[in-house]
Amino acid sequence: MDLRNSSEKKVGVIGAGSFGTVIANMLAEKNKVILFARKPEIVKEINEKGTVEGRQMHANIEATGDQEYLASQCQVIFPIVSSTGFREVIRSFSPFLHPYHILIHGTKGLDLAHHLEEEGQPIRVTREDIKTMSEVILEETVVVRVGCLAGPNLAKEMAMKQPAATVIASKYNEVILEGQRLLRSDRFQVYGNKDLIGVELSGVLKNIIAIAAGALSGMGLGENARALLISRGMVETIYLGNALGGSTKSFIGLAGIGDLVATCSSNLSRNFTVGFRLAKGESLSDITATMEETAEGINTIRIMKQLIENSNVRAPITENLYKVLFEGMKVEEALQYLMKYPFNVDVDFL
Amino acid sequence: MEPQAIAYTKKKYSPILPTHQEWPVMKLAKNRKEFILEVIDASKKRIQDLTGEGSLLKEELELTMYREKLRLKENPWLVDPDDEGPFWNKIRSRLVTLANEKSTTEKDYKELLEEITSRYTNEIASNFKPNHYKFTRRLVTFGFSRLLNASRVKGFKSFWSNQYSLQDKIHITGETEHIRKLAAKGTIVMVPTHFSNIDSILIGWVISTLGLPPFIYGAGLNLFNIQLFAYFMNSLGAYKVDRRKKNLVYIETLKAYSSQAIQAGCHSLFFPGGTRSRSGKIESKVKLGLLSTAVEAQRANYQKHGDKAQRVFIVPVTLNYHFVLEAPGMIKEYLKQSGQERFYVENDEYSNSYKIVKFLIKFFTKGSDISVSIGKPLDVLGNYVDEEGNSLDKKGRVIDTKDYFISEGEVNVDKQREEEYTARLGDILVKEYHRINRVFSSHIAAFTAFQLIKKKNKKLDLYNLLRLPEEDLIIPADEYLEMFDKVREEVFKLHKYGKVGIAPHLTRSLEEVMDHGFANVGMYHAKRTLTRNTQGDVITEDLTLLYFYHNRLDGYGLEKLF
Repeated sequence: MDLRNSSEKKVGVIGAGSFGTVIANMLAEKNKVILFARKPEIVKEINEKGTVEGRQMHANIEATGDQEYLASQCQVIFPIVSSTGFREVIRSFSPFLHPYHILIHGTKGLDLAHHLEEEGQPIRVTREDIKTMSEVILEETVVVRVGCLAGPNLAKEMAMKQPAATVIASKYNEVILEGQRLLRSDRFQVYGNKDLIGVELSGVLKNIIAIAAGALSGMGLGENARALLISRGMVETIYLGNALGGSTKSFIGLAGIGDLVATCSSNLSRNFTVGFRLAKGESLSDITATMEETAEGINTIRIMKQLIENSNVRAPITENLYKVLFEGMKVEEALQYLMKYPFNVDVDFL
Repeated sequence: MEPQAIAYTKKKYSPILPTHQEWPVMKLAKNRKEFILEVIDASKKRIQDLTGEGSLLKEELELTMYREKLRLKENPWLVDPDDEGPFWNKIRSRLVTLANEKSTTEKDYKELLEEITSRYTNEIASNFKPNHYKFTRRLVTFGFSRLLNASRVKGFKSFWSNQYSLQDKIHITGETEHIRKLAAKGTIVMVPTHFSNIDSILIGWVISTLGLPPFIYGAGLNLFNIQLFAYFMNSLGAYKVDRRKKNLVYIETLKAYSSQAIQAGCHSLFFPGGTRSRSGKIESKVKLGLLSTAVEAQRANYQKHGDKAQRVFIVPVTLNYHFVLEAPGMIKEYLKQSGQERFYVENDEYSNSYKIVKFLIKFFTKGSDISVSIGKPLDVLGNYVDEEGNSLDKKGRVIDTKDYFISEGEVNVDKQREEEYTARLGDILVKEYHRINRVFSSHIAAFTAFQLIKKKNKKLDLYNLLRLPEEDLIIPADEYLEMFDKVREEVFKLHKYGKVGIAPHLTRSLEEVMDHGFANVGMYHAKRTLTRNTQGDVITEDLTLLYFYHNRLDGYGLEKLF
């Protein structure tokens, strides 16, 4: 087998989106990187010009459209593709993956079994139907050493080489150590966490709050409102996260509150932009039509709404955002509703 | 639509290794001394890996000594050897001297460790004798057949009739041929559910009936208190597990014993539930200690032999009963939550040989049947294994199990990784247990009755529910019939999706199945678990027992029917 004999270890990255290319560039500072892209023109652009849509790529990066090649060359692979395409991409890699592979994904979204999304069917979504990305990997492949990458990592700031930190979560120490070894640098700090599901969910659920933050900003509201949203959003994230099996501890860590603060304060984030434009009166279809990449929060709200309906979890922010996104409710109305919502306890989760 | 339950077949299996010289356990017995030394070495290494250099080893040894002295004082057993007291006194005075001397080094403590592990290993080690094994096997088969035929075949010569054999009483179903094939290719680790002390004897009989060479297994030392059991255990290759000893040194020695035996190719058996299920529920969690030794042994085999390594196959087994002798005591213990008690408390259903013999006679002369379902073999990661011994992924592609232990191209030791693998295997075992479990009429009978009583008293918690007076425990006949039917239909549905097994008797007419259930549920207890009053309504004489037998169907989501 190529891998076992090769003296030079290469690291794989799946997905040439904005976050995928940033991670590939960071990995390439220390290692040879093979980057998988679905579109042949992107593969060509990287290999011939060393750029992706104008972004400069490190010389150590080789692009490929061949799953088998990447899997045979790399033991450690970082899948970073949108949640809607995640299962399909992993499935296409599955025949070439072995139990010796380590997969650390960087996708902050959820997967819902497809048949459940069909309209008009009476469906009861339970935890079983919702999969985090690590659960998709475990379902679709023989890989067990799985981890995730989550934290306040706005791709644009990282591309500018600003200092930042991230969390690598996995049940396996070796996955955390390997991730740290590959990614750590003078300007990038890497923390470890054993609660994989909790860290994944932190990254996933904060996108809901980011959309709300964008909406507040679009309405021209100030810092008091934002602070209110962040702290109540935190509580909602914890309720939802616990219901899905994450531990409270992870939500108050870097991948939880850290990421929440970053995404709610920055207009660089896609989810923030969605909320902002909604508040300016644009419709969801207009917004998505003009966005380059998926805003994960939209899909997350849709999935979580279905789960909330079948459980006792309180999630007023998510429920009202759902109405704004899919049922034509005005942002102002949603805000009014939230202000009247009978919150009675500040903190009851610790 | 009636589902097809796989009918029980009475089959003769020829032994896969005809002469006892070929049995893996024989090789172990022949080289017993060397093996014991190997185990002592391995346990010393394990313990030192855990304690590292420094004072931790000293602390562990002191703690061990302290706990052992406490055990001797507070919880002595008949089987405890007489020299235990003097041994630990000696260890104590040595520890005291070492603590006070300035010249004490790490080496002194290592010597003490050697002494303790050596004592433990010799205590744990089995003493397998092929002649005893063969004799016991013949005795069991002969004795049980006599009892069986005497009660079932009419006429003067009935005692000597061979019309019925043990296989009429105990049905073996599932992957029998499959494990016979794998036993010839690799090392089997059989992991049954545990409901009754009779399980070990039963499994021993199943193993020999299937033509498999003897397995070694860890039997609770408390069973050796009873002479009849001690005899069986000793001759069947049992090693001794003392649940009173919870100190690190003992536990690691025990794991080393199991791991080394599996590495030596000995088929092994242990009950991963740890103790008998007090609640009557199928194991929903398993203990990972001994299970981890299977994972470890597989990795060690790969390290030693690469691609030629002996494979380790995990075989889940469920034992299905209408009646559990110890039920009344166990359920009381469960309800008292005394499972957490510091010392293992024995209960006395099996306290002497006389009671056991009485039970066995009852068992074989009356009609209660037992079934043993053998599950699909798994590799140590919980992947299904085909008949050639290949691990398969969910899509049927072959996986190399060795790859799970590889990092940077080589098999390496990573304790934390193996802990996670063991936990994963444990979770998969629990699912497999529920899948291969066979539903009996009596399980449905008890489940239906208990759930109906529970539904009528929604506001009561379990403890208050179990205190209800008898007059509140009457279930109208037609209401019972309707729900019994619904539960059975749901069980059929689960069976169709491969989520549970069913006994052939379950497909008879509704009335027949119900009567069968009533007649069999907890049939030898002094109080009837389920019966009917003069109006034909359903009553129970012991709600706690009803709860116990009802628990067998816990974990399938059947309660949502009520």
